Amino acid sequence: MTATTHAGASGPALATQPVIQVDRVRKIYGQGAAEVRALDGVSVRIAPGEYVAIMGASGSGKSTLMHVLGCLDVPTSGRYLLDGIDVSRLNEAQQAIVRNRKIGFVFQSFNLVSRTSALANVEMPLTYAGVNRRERHRRAQAALRQVGLADRAGHKPNELSGGQQQRVAIARALVTSPTLILADEPTGNLDSTATADILNILDRFHRLGRTIVLITHEDDVAARATRTIRLLDGRVLSDSAHTGRDPGSTTERTP
Amino acid sequence: MMLREVVRFAIRGLVANRMRSVLTMLGIFIGVAAVVVLTAVGNGAGQAISATVSSFGANTITVFADTTTSSDEGRDIRPRELTIADARALEDPEGAPAIARAAPIIQMLGVEARYGYSSHRIETFFGATPSYLDIAEFAVVEGSTLSEDDLAGARQVVLLGRTVADELFGGADPLGERVMIAGAPFTVAGVIVERGEIIGQDIDNLAFVPITSLQQSVTGYGPVDAIIAQATGPDQVNAAEAQILSVLDARYGITDPDDRTYQIFNQATLLDAISTITGLISALLAAIAGISLLVGGVGITNIMLMTVTERTREIGIRKAIGAPRGAILGQFLLEATMLSLFGGGLGVLAGVAVSSIHIGAFQPVVMPSTIVLAFGVTFAIGIFFGAHPANRAAKLRPIDALRYE
Repeated sequence: MTATTHAGASGPALATQPVIQVDRVRKIYGQGAAEVRALDGVSVRIAPGEYVAIMGASGSGKSTLMHVLGCLDVPTSGRYLLDGIDVSRLNEAQQAIVRNRKIGFVFQSFNLVSRTSALANVEMPLTYAGVNRRERHRRAQAALRQVGLADRAGHKPNELSGGQQQRVAIARALVTSPTLILADEPTGNLDSTATADILNILDRFHRLGRTIVLITHEDDVAARATRTIRLLDGRVLSDSAHTGRDPGSTTERTP
Repeated sequence: MMLREVVRFAIRGLVANRMRSVLTMLGIFIGVAAVVVLTAVGNGAGQAISATVSSFGANTITVFADTTTSSDEGRDIRPRELTIADARALEDPEGAPAIARAAPIIQMLGVEARYGYSSHRIETFFGATPSYLDIAEFAVVEGSTLSEDDLAGARQVVLLGRTVADELFGGADPLGERVMIAGAPFTVAGVIVERGEIIGQDIDNLAFVPITSLQQSVTGYGPVDAIIAQATGPDQVNAAEAQILSVLDARYGITDPDDRTYQIFNQATLLDAISTITGLISALLAAIAGISLLVGGVGITNIMLMTVTERTREIGIRKAIGAPRGAILGQFLLEATMLSLFGGGLGVLAGVAVSSIHIGAFQPVVMPSTIVLAFGVTFAIGIFFGAHPANRAAKLRPIDALRYE
């Protein structure tokens, strides 16, 4: 793969190869009068270890950007390098591999496979990566321990609270040690206690050096990140770095 | 390694919807069981008919006088008749070397037999020769069989079938007793080994007397009904048939085969014809049962489409976290195939169990090839009827699938 490590463009911390390098990406749906430019020339670079919040009203293109960043969709034009790999022109099978190896998803609606234990849910990405059973088991247990759910490994999703389900989802996102954690409104369906819980966990993984991209429309959620990118009508409206708000009084679990 | 996991996912999917899985399997189960049972019935019937035909003796050719009268320019042509002399001529080692023996027989149907105050209707009353008994494999279980002396001396002796002996004598010993058959007295020389039933026919309701005695005391010295010729070996049957034609044509001065006054009936040819017909019947039965199998297959497509729709979100999740298309395809294809194979396997077991029941006159026979075929077909049904739903699942785009409510 072509390593594009040359610095100079906008964005902080380009001493190393960026995790995400999006260049003039467009995503256009429909044709002619019905043409919708969901993304209209977005360029973003995200360095390893950054904790970035992507904000915008509905229709601003943040969901489309998330699909592109998550290799769930390919841009109409432009280039997207994930961890140095040009993924904007990959076929479906290659996309699946990239999703499996490089990205950990956390969704608003948890998206656990029902009727399947928490442990099996966490193991699932490793299964598709072809990891053997014992190793899978060990790593999934470790991931559940990291989110404080080691004792709930055998529970089915419907036996867990919303906050617990989302923690299982985070464990599933982490278990493959992905380059990027992509969280799409992870606290959108949670009460304030569970929200604080989830954000603390994300903070902790940020401090451990994980690259996190979080999509949200809540300012206090975005404030936990170190950088906020605002989208409007498929374009980057603003891109500002800030220090992540200190969790302060909220106590944190020991990892 | 991956395959094992996909199998596990598929099993989990089936177990999660136990009731639905069982009902879907039921469709295949019924179809396969029906195919197995009906082909077994077809085979059993065919084997029973073949056994009946074979019971007339191995490698035999039967010669009948042509009993049809044809009109030739307004003039009736009376059927010609076969005689004991014809049979003797067929045993000539010069003229008919492929024929080992030729036995003339006379058959009388529905003949009254009396002993004291008891009476019985004998289904078939034979005038035969010792060689006929030998060809048709009628052995005696009590007393002694007909001898050449009985034949030459036209002795009034009779061999009774088991049914006749039981009806006339109850439990008493019939040997040496005198019975009246067709108005003539015969002394019981022996009782024939019991053969049981073939296709509902009691084949023990018969009696044999020397053909000469029958002619002397009942039918007169006229024609015989048929001559049973036995070839010297299985490979000599066709040669024997040709020799019968040439010997009899010569005796009756026939030059044109259309003028023949007798008919030849080759057992091997008949067996071939029977096996062709029963094969067709079996195939027809299997085809009818196959329709229910088809319906079961459609049931699989139906339930799998439902499952895929219901689990769209799960499919989306799996794809989002990196399941390749093949893994999704494999999972749902396996679910369909397992439904089909489990249903089919149980159907085979049930079919074999039902086929072990004696149906009326014969026993259904399950061929091993039927079982192998049944498994092959159910496997194919799983793949075929699971392909569309599985493909639909595999082709889902993760973003659409995740959005599905």
